[in-house]
Amino acid sequence: MNITRRHLMLLLPAAAIAWEHVLAGTPEKSPNYKMSEHWWSMLIDVPKCIGCGNCVRACAKENDVPEGYFRTWVERYHVADWGFENPVVDSPDGGIHGFPPSTQTGGKNFFIPKLCNHCVESPCTQVCPVGATFVSPDGVVLVDKEYCLGCRYCVQACPYGCRFINPKTNTAEKCTLCYHRITKGLTTACCENCPTGARQLADLKNPQDPIHEFLRTHSVQVLKPHMATNAKVFYNQLDGSVR
Amino acid sequence: MSVIKDSGHLFRLAIVFALGLVFFIGVRSIFVPKTFGEYGHFRGAAIADIAARPIAYAGRQACEDCHADVVQKKNSGKHVRIGCEACHGPLAKHVDDPASVQPEKLDTAVLCVRCHEANIAKPAGFPQVKAEEHSSGLACDTCHQPHAPSIVKGAGQ
Repeated sequence: MNITRRHLMLLLPAAAIAWEHVLAGTPEKSPNYKMSEHWWSMLIDVPKCIGCGNCVRACAKENDVPEGYFRTWVERYHVADWGFENPVVDSPDGGIHGFPPSTQTGGKNFFIPKLCNHCVESPCTQVCPVGATFVSPDGVVLVDKEYCLGCRYCVQACPYGCRFINPKTNTAEKCTLCYHRITKGLTTACCENCPTGARQLADLKNPQDPIHEFLRTHSVQVLKPHMATNAKVFYNQLDGSVR
Repeated sequence: MSVIKDSGHLFRLAIVFALGLVFFIGVRSIFVPKTFGEYGHFRGAAIADIAARPIAYAGRQACEDCHADVVQKKNSGKHVRIGCEACHGPLAKHVDDPASVQPEKLDTAVLCVRCHEANIAKPAGFPQVKAEEHSSGLACDTCHQPHAPSIVKGAGQ
């Protein structure tokens, strides 16, 4: 095929447009996903948690979380009949192998799963000196590991202790709310594998989401409300002793 | 005209500043990623990078597309709401290539006690046993079918 001058004149602008797209990087992986249509959160139904550790294991497998570090973990609380201010909390290996029988007797005993609270006013993103961590337009606190310096400011800033430095990459790491799953229409690995439905992913911008009725009709709290972080992980029937 | 004549050093200074500015803008355009500031003070393309990670757990919908017989069995029992991979492990690779990637065989003696071993902190209504007293070492699936675990009276004996 001979390319005439006329063809070349037609091809050049097309090639220029294509080149723009090449420069713009890889195309969007989830074409049906619009960030502006979502506002992600999570519901923890405390009375349903059985402390099996399925969420911790699933999270570690889904996200290659290094051993000894946790993006989510489960705590066991023992609140004695008197001594509300000083609950006994244990979390052997973050609950990844479940919990051994308790040595405590009496009082109030329950499990609390913890993870990043995906705060709207997140202290961790505010302290980042390089803009490596941010709240995405759909309400998920994420870390850009290519930009992260590993300065540990955010690890200190998080009031919930949800961040750590990955020893392999030396960058900050945290729960992404399984961003690679929720943008594909799946639920998070922890919610997918929770046998009792104690953890449920919720989209506050979706009017059909059952979260709205749940929040309306239940006694729901967030952790450390006095920090004014505007946390988006909601705990149903949270005990006042939980820190 | 003497004012302009004497101000030659000002022009030279201005040229130095202008060159400095051009250098700064040039370096900045090289080092600041194109998508920085697209949505805020961060690299916009990072969102797509994070979303591009491959999944490990396929999700129960993917399992149910093929294993309708198990779904039917599960629907009749108490385990109806439990995701398949909660017990069977991450199987997105099996979904991609069902022939060559096979799920591991499970050991019910390990698996069932993860949830059903008695613990003081578990909700009181949740079915719990002390495995040693309950089955004296027998595997749980000797009596219980994991997909629909309740034992119909008379059928087991």
